[in-house]
Amino acid sequence: MADFVSGFWNAYVMVLIALSFAFCIFIIAFNMRASGKVGELQPHKWDETLQEWNNPLPRWWMYLYWLTIFFGIAYLIIYPGFGSFPGMSKWTSVGQWEQELKKADEQYGPKFAKYRTMDVKAVAADPEAMGMGKRLFQTYCMQCHGADARGAKGFPNLTDRDWLGGDGSPDYIKTTVTAGRIGVMTPFKDILSEEQMKDVANYVRSLSGLSHDAQRAQRGTQVFAENCAVCHGPDAKGNPLLGAPNLTDDIWLWGSSEAQIIANVTDGIQNRMPAFGEFLGEDKVHILTAYVWGLSNKQ
Amino acid sequence: MANSKHEILERSVTLLIIATLITVSIGGLVEIVPLFFQHSTTKPIDRQGNPLDVKPYDALRLTGRDIYIREGCYNCHSQMVRPFRAETERYGHYSVAGEYIYDRPFQWGSKRTGPDLHRVGGRYSDNWHFAHLRNPRDVVPESNMPAFPWLDRPISQRDITSIQDKMKTLRALGHPYTDEEIAQAPSMLEGKTEMEALVAYLQGLGRALSNFQ
Repeated sequence: MADFVSGFWNAYVMVLIALSFAFCIFIIAFNMRASGKVGELQPHKWDETLQEWNNPLPRWWMYLYWLTIFFGIAYLIIYPGFGSFPGMSKWTSVGQWEQELKKADEQYGPKFAKYRTMDVKAVAADPEAMGMGKRLFQTYCMQCHGADARGAKGFPNLTDRDWLGGDGSPDYIKTTVTAGRIGVMTPFKDILSEEQMKDVANYVRSLSGLSHDAQRAQRGTQVFAENCAVCHGPDAKGNPLLGAPNLTDDIWLWGSSEAQIIANVTDGIQNRMPAFGEFLGEDKVHILTAYVWGLSNKQ
Repeated sequence: MANSKHEILERSVTLLIIATLITVSIGGLVEIVPLFFQHSTTKPIDRQGNPLDVKPYDALRLTGRDIYIREGCYNCHSQMVRPFRAETERYGHYSVAGEYIYDRPFQWGSKRTGPDLHRVGGRYSDNWHFAHLRNPRDVVPESNMPAFPWLDRPISQRDITSIQDKMKTLRALGHPYTDEEIAQAPSMLEGKTEMEALVAYLQGLGRALSNFQ
């Protein structure tokens, strides 16, 4: 696929290749036989006594040389390389890739087509589809959510039936995979004092029944109502529309230690799940949706 | 053999050097030189001639790129998605030559201990990259990538003072930086950590060509 700035470069490549072949053939053709008398001792000496006999080139070597020349010519006839000549086979790397895609589509297309028309819940009940889902998950999702889908600090566990921005329905999961999701929490470092943050952290811990300083938690109630309830709700049960998590369920995306809660309150959170819709396409998203839904809804 | 033509070549070192140079340069003359005169390898276009959205690296990404090279990321990560189904399924659209015109030198790499990174831009969140660079095991327990916790330090003063010269040199090589971009370059790096620069570089990778054609 040469798109040279001028036709000169095509000619340049062709001439150089032709000259190279001509040179190689010339060299070997003129050295098929030994010049002079075979078996004669040559006059020049190296290292005082080292001399050589006048012998023809070894046959195996000569035939190998011819073979490489013929191979080169045959290659350039079949495959692209000789200037703009595309080769008899019209081979291109992209053409080969398209063939691969076509073959894969013939093999897997009907499967994807079958599941595409099925309801997510029905797909989740299909062992073959779940095998596909698992492999897709291990390829595209495990880097953040973990091979076991239990997530990591800052990356949600997908097996616990707790959803940050919705109800965990198939539609919700599909939207999330397709379009991504953003999780934002305001930083409170300029709004709350250190003491207030400690108070509110203790209050939040108390909501999940974790050990806390009762006095601080008491004071934290007020701080929470004035600053946090807007998003997390007055009862701290969260608001899926804002992606504000439920703080009463003892599920902690970032960790539940007092220091961690204070760090999150201080600096806020900027979290993002990338959109995978365009990259993966609807078929794969559909199966992944079923797989992820199935993780929380074991049948 | 005393008066063979071959002997002339063997006995004159100068002639032998010249003949050797001609012989070994043929491969390069045929396979490399013509690439300098090909549209698809020198301009931001794809194979069909459609324009690509390739821009020269801004100051932060350029610094991140140098950190990528300094830390030897290329030893384990390639930046070249080949047109094989196994690769395009996993990484995205195969790479095209026009995407690399502002890579000097390019970071194609030759070994994949880790995954290819040419389409990594936007694939993960910034937070993921920060966590992953500090300690890959925090997010991928199976990972054998080394941790790079020291990147959490500010970009060195030396890197900040040299960024303008770097950009001017690249401009001389044809990267279209404006005077304004060069003037603002140091202020863009002030207060940033090396890790932020590296993540900015990674997040910009491979986005010139749509991942999703």
